[in-house]
Amino acid sequence: MTRSDLVLSSVTKRFGSFTAVDDLDLTVPEGSFFALLGPSGCGKTTTLRMVAGLEEPTSGTVHLGDQDISGLRPYKRPVNTVFQSYALFPHLSIAENVAFGLRRRGVKDVKQQVGEMLELVELEQYAGRRPAQLSGGQQQRVALARALINRPQVLLLDEPLGALDLKLRRQMQIELKRIQTEVGITFVHVTHDQEEAMTMADTIAVMNGGVIEQMGRPLDLYENPATTFVSNFLGQSNLVGGQVLERSSQSVLIDVHGSKLLAPSDRARSAEGDVWVGIRPEKVFLAAAESEFDDGSNLLAGGVVTDVSYVGVSTQYLARMPWGQELMVFEQNTGARDSFRPGDRVDLHWMPAHTFLLDATQAADAGVEKEEDL
Amino acid sequence: MSAAAAHVGPGEQQVPQGQDERKRGLTGYLLLLPGALWLLVFFVVPLVTLISTSLYDPSGSVFAGYEMTFHWRNYVDAVQGYGPQLWRSFLYAGTATVAAVLLGFPLAYAIAFKAGRWKNLMLILVIAPFFTSFLIRTLSWQMLLGDNGWLVDIFRTLQILGPDGHLLATPFAVVTGLTYNFLPFMVLPLYASLEKLDPRLLEAGADLYATPLTTFRKVTLPLAMPGLVAGTLLTFIPAAGDYINSELLGTPNTRMIGNEIQDLFAAGSYPVAAALSVTLMAAIVALVTVYVRRSGSEELV
Repeated sequence: MTRSDLVLSSVTKRFGSFTAVDDLDLTVPEGSFFALLGPSGCGKTTTLRMVAGLEEPTSGTVHLGDQDISGLRPYKRPVNTVFQSYALFPHLSIAENVAFGLRRRGVKDVKQQVGEMLELVELEQYAGRRPAQLSGGQQQRVALARALINRPQVLLLDEPLGALDLKLRRQMQIELKRIQTEVGITFVHVTHDQEEAMTMADTIAVMNGGVIEQMGRPLDLYENPATTFVSNFLGQSNLVGGQVLERSSQSVLIDVHGSKLLAPSDRARSAEGDVWVGIRPEKVFLAAAESEFDDGSNLLAGGVVTDVSYVGVSTQYLARMPWGQELMVFEQNTGARDSFRPGDRVDLHWMPAHTFLLDATQAADAGVEKEEDL
Repeated sequence: MSAAAAHVGPGEQQVPQGQDERKRGLTGYLLLLPGALWLLVFFVVPLVTLISTSLYDPSGSVFAGYEMTFHWRNYVDAVQGYGPQLWRSFLYAGTATVAAVLLGFPLAYAIAFKAGRWKNLMLILVIAPFFTSFLIRTLSWQMLLGDNGWLVDIFRTLQILGPDGHLLATPFAVVTGLTYNFLPFMVLPLYASLEKLDPRLLEAGADLYATPLTTFRKVTLPLAMPGLVAGTLLTFIPAAGDYINSELLGTPNTRMIGNEIQDLFAAGSYPVAAALSVTLMAAIVALVTVYVRRSGSEELV
């Protein structure tokens, strides 16, 4: 291996009887923007802290390129962290905060590098201030500069945007992505915000209960989730129970409460017996009941609109199906299509190619964000 | 991005002026009033009396009364007559303060970061000695350090002390007593400072290539400075004026300035006793001023 990829091999971390990270294998390619995404308590921060050296793995190893860094103390690792609450030194000026790492490594003339780094994060004029005199967004950028100035091989970001308001968070997402492209350092970004992960990362690993549920490009994860957890945690999904009737190399035929639906074979994680038939809400078209549709699309008939939420760019419908389940439908407000009111009878259509099949042994509501998590 | 940078400025918000402002000012003075009166009656008046007493004619007596003659030679007499005791007071108080830092810092650090669920118990234990009188506790050190005590036995066995060596009635005993008596005043402010320290700052130090020792020097110590300054002042100032420890644990050769002042007052030599008191006060104020300036924490005290 010539590149310095970050490789975690069979890493396990236990706190007492609680297993925070369970036999995790992970390779983060050099220079990539990698996101660890998951709900709180899923082990993503613990994983990050083991890379930083702030926690020691119970078993397993962490390699950076050819070097085994598992046993190294944090101050010897070529890795820097942007902490969740920034952890800026309150008694030092912004410039001295940024210079901290350089000084510890015996760099004499830090002025020019600090200046350049503050310029990169657009905080030149604040060099002499104390952290408490800056806003949250500015402190966040100081934390970033303080880590980046050391040119670490891997930069770890622990929920770096969590304390910012939505607008600033959006700005910083774009900004972080720009900086990562500019400096070319491997970024490992821990977040529970799926949108944040999708916006910035090249690769996302979705973690749950100490293990990685699925890893891949944002598009692949969203379009082709491997588990009910991923399908619910990354965006929203309709999961409807069904039984497989027939399967061919091309497609799978499923019976869903009396309707025959088709799904492509390569999007079927399970193609035997009971399955969850999944469809993203924005892929579904609503049509007035019994209007003629014969274009080979999947059809679930007999729905009744129970809720309509108008959100500007789109309208979100809930349709109660004859078997009692409520399905979500997002319609773009293009003006070209009918809108519906609560009580209207509707049919749901979608293209078979957008259907995915999941193992029915998994809970259908895994990964659904509950009120108390928000 | 630059927009985000531009709009911030702490403390820019203007407080509405006018009646509201005046009302708030008045409340402040009302709150100050009881304390200010107390200080006036029990600090300023006695202080003025003390300073004027220090300038009385020393030939007077309690029965005959004293004459105000602006006899500034009282000060010369005081410093010339009691120079060694004055110097010894500062030496003992300084040594006790250093000892209290060496004992108190690790203790405060342990309580703040390592004690876990024992934290409150340990804090109570730090304060617990106050449940007994200062005098009784110092008297019990007589027994601890006495020639028949186990401490002397052990020290003699270990040859740290000679066969006729003593612990009691030595400078060591006096400094030990001072350290013991003022240790809580060191530990509590230090603990209060350390407790506020975010452990993530220590992690950030480690993450930024600082060894544990460097992290201590560059992060922990500067952030504990307010507590350290407060602790040393709370220890040094009362220790310098203390006379109980020297009285109970020392000898005539370990007499501190407090003992002399006490004796002079008891003997009725008010002018010299007052001059000595004022000298001690002035010396402490001067020392503390220099100390606070040097430790760069004027805004912290």
